[in-house]
Amino acid sequence: MISKTSRIILNVYVAAFLIYLLAPLIIMGGAAFNDSRFPSVYPWVGWTDRWFLDLFRDTRMWNAFKNTILVALAVVAISVPIGTAAAILVNSLQGRVRTVLYGMMVAPILTPGAVIGISTLLFWHHFSVPSGLHLSTLGQCSYISAFVMLLVLARLQSFDRGLEEAALDLGASYSQVLRRILLPHLYPAIGAGAAIAFFQSIENFNTTLFTRGPYDTLTVYVFSRVRSGITPTINALALIMIAVTLLAAISYEIYRRRHEKVLLARGRGNPDSD
Amino acid sequence: MKELLRRYGLTLTISFIVIVAFWLLVLVILPYIYLFEASFRLYLPIDQVNGPNDVYTLSNYSTFFVTPIHRWVFLLTIVYSSAVAAISFVVAYPLAYYLSKVATNKIVPTLFLIIMIPLWVSEILRSFAWFIILSLKGPLNFALVGLGIIEEPIRWISGFQSVIIGLVYTYVLFMLFPLYNAIQSLDTNQIEAAGDLGAPWWKIHWRVILPHAKPGIASGSVMVFMLSAGSILVPSLLGSTNSRWFTEIIQQWMFESQDWNTGSAYAFLLLLLCTGFVSLVMRLFRVSLSDIAR
Repeated sequence: MISKTSRIILNVYVAAFLIYLLAPLIIMGGAAFNDSRFPSVYPWVGWTDRWFLDLFRDTRMWNAFKNTILVALAVVAISVPIGTAAAILVNSLQGRVRTVLYGMMVAPILTPGAVIGISTLLFWHHFSVPSGLHLSTLGQCSYISAFVMLLVLARLQSFDRGLEEAALDLGASYSQVLRRILLPHLYPAIGAGAAIAFFQSIENFNTTLFTRGPYDTLTVYVFSRVRSGITPTINALALIMIAVTLLAAISYEIYRRRHEKVLLARGRGNPDSD
Repeated sequence: MKELLRRYGLTLTISFIVIVAFWLLVLVILPYIYLFEASFRLYLPIDQVNGPNDVYTLSNYSTFFVTPIHRWVFLLTIVYSSAVAAISFVVAYPLAYYLSKVATNKIVPTLFLIIMIPLWVSEILRSFAWFIILSLKGPLNFALVGLGIIEEPIRWISGFQSVIIGLVYTYVLFMLFPLYNAIQSLDTNQIEAAGDLGAPWWKIHWRVILPHAKPGIASGSVMVFMLSAGSILVPSLLGSTNSRWFTEIIQQWMFESQDWNTGSAYAFLLLLLCTGFVSLVMRLFRVSLSDIAR
């Protein structure tokens, strides 16, 4: 289908792209161990762990870390129910109402974070609510809920509604149907939605910047450190964050492959199932 | 509505509606309305708010139109964000094609895992990484001088070049994934048929794959444009005094001048720009909102 030369060119391109994606992260991580005041890997001055020690001694960092985790948990707690309810609602609507509602729901994804932040700030300011992490949470929820909604909505497409009907016919109450039939089917999407909400919240800068008031989150902390004079402590922090991410990604991949193998094995044992 | 009642009963239906109404009204629509309203009011000392001077006016917007530098920055933000979207497309297209049509099924999940890594690293760290690489005493200059390619270190962080480099790196994956999804859904037989009938490779891309990838291109461009135009981190880390971004002016109004009203007028202009871009792309590519938001 594709000639040998173009396959080689494509392979080289893909390899170059992967290097392009990863090299900056490796350079940034490597600089965390270099004993030079300016973060760089070249020239290599010497091995040191002092940037990590500096980082762990930084109380402002720990405070920002705590705030970030708190906000992220709050965002998960709010946006997961909202996104799930919204997906169920949109899924059982048709026609114009569905289009309009769907449009309003995805609009926050297509809105710059700064606009979300400023509008949240102004709205609550009108009711004399001061800025702070609570506003950052609400601002972030306004668009993160949309991500959850899209994930759950996609999962709903594979839901067999006959199951709901059957349960109702057999005398189950509405809340039983929701808890025992619909939600268990949606759990994978809800779990993925919670993970995405958590990471999106940790990453968020634009919305947080305008709503945070005097409080720090990790991204704001890094931002102000970068502006006020760079030391490789930021690289140390970056390296830790990348390591945690990698660990999470790899364990997920191992879990997925094992799961796939189990499915395959089952498929072989019983040719009727897939 | 009727269907909802039939499937979930009155109590659950009401709770769904209340939850969604809270989201859409309190978190989305009303804040936008207050932003819009505030943008037409003057920034006044606290004792004059709601007084006779507190009237609706267009003066916040006219500030924008009579300040040439703000108009200029707005225009440059549009031009360079479009450029970032275009560059991202060029960079991501071969990879999307490779992942969806050339690579074997075995290797694709691993490749995706590697590609996803930068996505999980926060935007600020990604731009910080480029800040290190591009700095005057950074590894790029050392390597280039060391290899004898250049004689003197180049000042990379000046003008818009470093901002564009940073934005493409940060947002190219938002182009890659929609493109991949779109090309993935194309029947490989169509590509093979075109090849069997004698179409050269560029014609296969131009006449078969690209038209099919239209929703992916649209969705990727919208995301990359919106994220670039709204980016605060990349321009302030990788920009210099001669490369200002529109979000930096909004920030100035909000934080330095403490003038939230003019700030909201400028924020509203940014919102208008992004909405305008979304509808333009939807029209050009003849796709719907549900194709774009995935």
